[in-house]
Amino acid sequence: MEVSKIAEELRNLGIEEEVAELIASAFLPVELTVTIEELLEMQIEKAYSEDIVVMLGSGKDREVKLSEIELKLNKIELPEKIKAELKEKLKVKAVRKKLSSEKLNDILSTVLSKYEEAKIDPREAVGIVAAQSIGEPGTQMTMRTFHYAGVGAIYITLGLPRLIEIVDARKSLSTPTMKIKLLEKYAKDRNKAEELAMEIQETYISDIGKIETSIEDMSVWLSLDEQELKTRNIKREEVVTKIKGIDADILVEAMEDGQLRIYDKNYSNSLHDLSKLGKKVSTTLVEGIEGIKRVLVRRDKEEYVLYTVGSELKKLKNQKIDGIDFTRTTTNNIAEIAEVLGIEAARNAIIEEMLGTLNEQGLDVDTRHITLIADAMTMDGEVKPIGRHGIAGEKASVLSRAAFEVTVDNLLAAAVHGETDELKGVTENVIAGQLIKLGTGAVELVVGKNPRERVQGGKGLRAKG
Amino acid sequence: MMQRKDTKDTILEHVLVPEHEIAEEAAVVELLKRYKIEKEQLPKIKSTDPVIKEIKAKVGDVVRIKRSSRTAGECLFYRLVIA
Repeated sequence: MEVSKIAEELRNLGIEEEVAELIASAFLPVELTVTIEELLEMQIEKAYSEDIVVMLGSGKDREVKLSEIELKLNKIELPEKIKAELKEKLKVKAVRKKLSSEKLNDILSTVLSKYEEAKIDPREAVGIVAAQSIGEPGTQMTMRTFHYAGVGAIYITLGLPRLIEIVDARKSLSTPTMKIKLLEKYAKDRNKAEELAMEIQETYISDIGKIETSIEDMSVWLSLDEQELKTRNIKREEVVTKIKGIDADILVEAMEDGQLRIYDKNYSNSLHDLSKLGKKVSTTLVEGIEGIKRVLVRRDKEEYVLYTVGSELKKLKNQKIDGIDFTRTTTNNIAEIAEVLGIEAARNAIIEEMLGTLNEQGLDVDTRHITLIADAMTMDGEVKPIGRHGIAGEKASVLSRAAFEVTVDNLLAAAVHGETDELKGVTENVIAGQLIKLGTGAVELVVGKNPRERVQGGKGLRAKG
Repeated sequence: MMQRKDTKDTILEHVLVPEHEIAEEAAVVELLKRYKIEKEQLPKIKSTDPVIKEIKAKVGDVVRIKRSSRTAGECLFYRLVIA
């Protein structure tokens, strides 16, 4: 393979022209029969980057080329996100020509050492740190539940009550709500969004007409409100079909004045039956999703979004309503998310909701504490509460459980079942007055029978427990 | 009244759902060796989980989940499918 050809292919792969040529020429004396695939497999970036950097020019005050930043960054072991951020910031510097090679090395080594410092030590008690990091800001939270400002506000539980709701993995919330995003055509058009809102909001017959029960002819009279029908885009025929759908025995007769006479085929003279029929008619769902009590259209940045009172994610998914972008639709009910979208989505929802609740109150808690809680709650494939009915209640140690809540019950049950406490956890060892197995307490010195002999599998010192 | 047209409804495309895939045998062995654990010590996911049904994983499989992490960009997570 020719040098120029190698260089060309490297350029096609997105490597800068200058570097590509250098890499290609570096291979000139070595092997010219290799294919480009083989070249890449040899991990040229890693193996030759140092040489290339040297070839690019020497001297400490020389300006750094963008490719050099890239090459050096690729060699460093950092999370992708930090690398990307670093690259972005370094490039700005490099473009302004304020970055010397020496400076670049300094920056990179500093970042790397800071990253290593930030790592959690082995055996660090991350759980207790997370608990305190959320607990302390929690004390500053308002006990009030706020509401969204604006026309026709929706009330949403926020602050401490909401945080407790999340951590307790409640199935029924005090204020369930969905945030329904729309497909592009609908999201930009307020009228279309309003139409969709009407389609989703539950509408009962009692919302669109007046119902009277008449003892005279033992039937229910329904006079539909034309105005309501028009705004909700419902046809008369639809209403009639819905009523007929209640029961095969129910008959509907349309009168000349537009009223509907509804009666039971098997005439009954009981007043009780008549009022029952009236109730059935008025609570018949004509349109929308049962459980969605109200839908509001609100502008969120560039698009219109539907906010609902009541959350029915499963029904919304099954109804497949035209214009809804289900892939971006969320609810504050984590149990529903777990059911419809799975445990991983529930984990994400817990993180989003907790961070959202804390941030809304102006509290800044590190994501990693929240992530830890979300992971603990979803570890077993289902959303479990933190408290004594969930994670804390499943601890292996009797003493630890008894120390948490309902002490007597736990001790009594343990005595009845003849449980053993292995004294492995933290709480039990505190109770027993022993060194806890955390941090430096978790490390033990292991020495072989012959002190000069090395303990198998370790360097003499190893963590245990 | 309601017809299916331009509606996106697959849960796999949902913003909250990360990418799940069945991990191949070799990768699982490697993983367990790396952390010195048994398969049963992995975090679990139920076979009734909607995503598991969607990707047709069976009980005993290990699924690899590509989570997007706020701190690390992307990270891999493994769960054992249980009944």
